[in-house]
Amino acid sequence: MKIRMNVNGNWREDDVEPRTLLVHYLRDVAGLTGTHVGCETSICGACTVLLNQEAVKSCTVFAVQANGAQVTTIEGLAREGKLHPLQQSFWEEHGLQCGFCTPGMILVAHQLLCRNPHPTQEEIRKGLEGNLCRCTGYQHIVKAVQSAASKMSATEPVRAVAAAG
Amino acid sequence: MNSFEYARPTTEREAIQLLAHKGAEVLAGGTDLLSLMKDDLASPERLVSLKRVRTLRGIQFSTGKGLRIGAMTTLQELADHPDVRQHYAALSQAAIDAGGPQIRAMGTLGGNLLQRPRCWYYRAGYGLLAQKDGKSLVPDGDNRYHAILGNAGPAYFVSPSTLAPLLIALGASVKLLGPKGSRQIELGKLYTIPTSETQREHTIEAGEILTEVLVPYDAQVRSASYEIRQRQGEDWPLAQAAVALRGNGSIRSARVVLGHVAPIPWRSEEAEAELSGKPVSEEVADAAGRAAVSKATPLSMNKHKVQLARVAVKRAILRAAGMQVEGL
Repeated sequence: MKIRMNVNGNWREDDVEPRTLLVHYLRDVAGLTGTHVGCETSICGACTVLLNQEAVKSCTVFAVQANGAQVTTIEGLAREGKLHPLQQSFWEEHGLQCGFCTPGMILVAHQLLCRNPHPTQEEIRKGLEGNLCRCTGYQHIVKAVQSAASKMSATEPVRAVAAAG
Repeated sequence: MNSFEYARPTTEREAIQLLAHKGAEVLAGGTDLLSLMKDDLASPERLVSLKRVRTLRGIQFSTGKGLRIGAMTTLQELADHPDVRQHYAALSQAAIDAGGPQIRAMGTLGGNLLQRPRCWYYRAGYGLLAQKDGKSLVPDGDNRYHAILGNAGPAYFVSPSTLAPLLIALGASVKLLGPKGSRQIELGKLYTIPTSETQREHTIEAGEILTEVLVPYDAQVRSASYEIRQRQGEDWPLAQAAVALRGNGSIRSARVVLGHVAPIPWRSEEAEAELSGKPVSEEVADAAGRAAVSKATPLSMNKHKVQLARVAVKRAILRAAGMQVEGL
């Protein structure tokens, strides 16, 4: 089945089987392996991407469901070799250890900051409830999101990444 | 996962025609159906995505007609809608609690109401009635999350939707559309306890789709839902109670509907009778909680759910009345 999708600013057309999951399409067809396959049961959130700027678990979406949509993966956040403030903050605040959950954490945090640029610690925790991390105990992830929030409000309003390109 | 044909109708009529095909299934957000397909519990030959049928989306409200919610409205859209937040705050909150942000972005109201039970025997392939060699595995098995009411058998699973109990308490109806036309029924009558493996947990007929949910408006109604969970992150509750109280001061009438305690959303007339004609107080709420579980018949491993259901009812009543619910 023919599908057309804007991935990180570039339109692409592919022929996929309807049963292809979005995460497999992104990794195996588009070659973007930053999106991770974790539990494959829509619990862990490692596969989170933005679909028309909304965070979704790409292991529980068929690629055909994203036909015509704009998809942003972790590869779509950095601009001209410069890390996105969320990526920078996860690095600085040690928001990751093994890094497996990080792409999903960053993308769901991106959605959170788009909707609520100045979240409280509790709002950050609620916003990350669909993502599991087995290393950090979450403390540093919450700090990273707080740090990114202040960086982003100091410079420019949160930009909607999917609209670019 | 078996391969299947994927259809994307743009009108309700076209959707109904595409569904009149053996092995056709409706795809809404897919948050439950994809899990079922991955586990080979569902193997549709044709998936009919309703996403592009515009008439199935959207929310309208007026004080005269109440709330109309298209079945394909996502849980996030439901939670965020200004009229829902203003006039049905408990519904907005229940939608937020129904999953994490990613699930709310894909999951729809129709899908939430019609998601399949979480019973681990069912999910492991033993069927909705969890039978092996003609005998249910539940009574002698690990039944800690199973039913404590309506569990005379052979069904022991619990109804999974957390929005259904609240919507039933609010007096909601649903519209269904099928090859024979449309019909409207009370949401409470949509659910049924199956007595054989060929039956489902609802009365939707083959080829029918749920098109909209209608919630009446009554300025005098105070409502709330209270979920007791193992963890606060996205999960289904262990027990839930939803209440709608009518009347200022003394309760003129009440609706109390429990979730996750029976194979259907469980309306407790015992608790409703206990509330009728009384002003809300901690004692009255406590008595209603006790009444709600007075006929409970717990299984070997789920006696704790009787206590949880009792407390959920009490706290839902106090929450609806705007009273402190913690530390009880």
